Amino acid sequence: MANPDLAKLEAIAREGRVQILRMLAHAGSGHPGGSLSVIDILTVLYFNRMKYDPKQPTWEDRDRFVLSKGHCVPAQYYCMAKAGFFPESLLLTLRKLGSPLQGHPDRTALPGIEAATGSLGQGLSVAVGMALGLKMDGKSARVYCVLGDGETQEGQIWESLMSGPKLGAPDHHVDNLCVILDYNGIQLDGFVKKILDLEPIVDKLKSFGWPVLDIDGHDLAQIDKALDQAEATKGRPTFIVAHTIKGKGVSFMANDPEWHGKAPKPAEAVAAIREVLDGTVPAWAQPIIAELEAMEKK
Amino acid sequence: MPAKASRAAFGEALLELGARNDRIVTLDADLSKSTMTGAFAKAYPGRAFDVGIAESGMIGLAAGLALTGHIPFACSFACFIVGRFETIRVSIAYSNAPVTLVGTHVGVAIGEDGYSQMGLEDIACLRSLPNIPIIQPADEIETKQAVAYAVEHRSPLYLRLTRQNLEPVHEPTYHFQFGKADVLRAGSDVSLLATGGTVWNSLEAATKLAADGINAEVINVSTIKPLDEETLLLSAGKTGRVVTVEDHSIHGGLGGAVAEFLGEVMPTPVKRLGVNGFGESGDAKGLYAKHGLDPDGIARSVLKFLNR
Repeated sequence: MANPDLAKLEAIAREGRVQILRMLAHAGSGHPGGSLSVIDILTVLYFNRMKYDPKQPTWEDRDRFVLSKGHCVPAQYYCMAKAGFFPESLLLTLRKLGSPLQGHPDRTALPGIEAATGSLGQGLSVAVGMALGLKMDGKSARVYCVLGDGETQEGQIWESLMSGPKLGAPDHHVDNLCVILDYNGIQLDGFVKKILDLEPIVDKLKSFGWPVLDIDGHDLAQIDKALDQAEATKGRPTFIVAHTIKGKGVSFMANDPEWHGKAPKPAEAVAAIREVLDGTVPAWAQPIIAELEAMEKK
Repeated sequence: MPAKASRAAFGEALLELGARNDRIVTLDADLSKSTMTGAFAKAYPGRAFDVGIAESGMIGLAAGLALTGHIPFACSFACFIVGRFETIRVSIAYSNAPVTLVGTHVGVAIGEDGYSQMGLEDIACLRSLPNIPIIQPADEIETKQAVAYAVEHRSPLYLRLTRQNLEPVHEPTYHFQFGKADVLRAGSDVSLLATGGTVWNSLEAATKLAADGINAEVINVSTIKPLDEETLLLSAGKTGRVVTVEDHSIHGGLGGAVAEFLGEVMPTPVKRLGVNGFGESGDAKGLYAKHGLDPDGIARSVLKFLNR
């Protein structure tokens, strides 16, 4: 979008990191690394890009968002609460019995979630189907799908990567689809490069027929500009390779496979939050710190 | 009415329904000539998608189309459909995406192609998933009505279809009801519960058994899930002996469903006829004889079960 309010987006993403750490500390389990790597992308999507109405989550002209790497849904839950889909207090029910905030996205439990994901490799096919369905109906709505790099090892992803640029031709090309790879380089067991390397991913995608944009996935302006380019691209869907850092914003989590799927203890969350806030704790964050410190004492 | 494969009746029904309902779309994974969606694809080329030999992708695509308000039929051989169980589990069942999964070429009746192409565990797999009913029609007229039902049914569904021709077992006035088994032949000595390709064989077996003085009740269980418990209880309560007949593994299919239910509610001796182990290449008739699913085989098993 023209002239994005970067300072506003940066503040939202910063609060997002705080809320992710808070939620996970309360839940006692979950995936901080990937949630922190994807939050900048989701911030731009939810607060400077997608059309939606939190009061009418099934509004038929809404843009669709599919988080194929479903384990990082805390980042999405934060954005949804911030956007008004549900009250912020619900964030603390993450992973608790009876909560609509399931450990991985549950479409039927939480309005605003478009597809159940979490079993890796499935979201892209579903997103391609949604894009095709919208095109067939002549809708202008767009579909955004965020992939993890680890899950891009799944065969089903490559089935959809083969079909995406060609599907629906000649009348219903899915150029309303934009896929974003959260390329943080780490999966549960270690480094993607060592386990099953995706490289050369840009060349692979190009040879499959995708227009590819290679960006810094933490640079809000770059993310926004890439989304503009994707929207302007006709005849084919766009793939954005967003280079990110797992655990971005917290020095002791950054780039460490340990923090793929381990929740911070309350004291660790407090230390991490202070770091995210750069040492100065604004008024809104003070009760969060106090609450986590009280949890630690228990 | 001549005998017709349920896959052929499906293709005809889709073509007809497609004219009235432009939300219907088909997806195939390079087997449209076998799943019989070809006529639909020819008539409505913009609504038929052959995605290549990529069944997982096809099922995910179908989910996306369903979630944007289309009415997708995702078709392949039954074994290849349930081979993508995990995609069905999350993207269809858990997401509650109203897709009709169509599994054709079920059972040993496909014959010469052999085990790897035979849908023999599909019912067992999909019975274990919440939110996906299973329908297996027994003849042309029932198939066409089941397809019409699938168009109206706005939640996931599995339709199980045969490659081989099926002799009609219903009058032209028959009315298919989802969730309702139909008693094709009333009897008092034993209940034969059959589904799909084995329904007609069970009726033939009942005729043979009548010659031995056994009055068999024959019930077509076209909705395998949810099971029509009421009809089952009435029949089993009357006869006290139940035999299930299906071209599917004896584990977890119709026989499993019936035995599980009766075991809890009204313990009744149940004999499960079906396939125990792998299938193999051969002629369909010979395979049915080998597995005791032809009329003679069914009658023989019933006599033995009744100690006659």
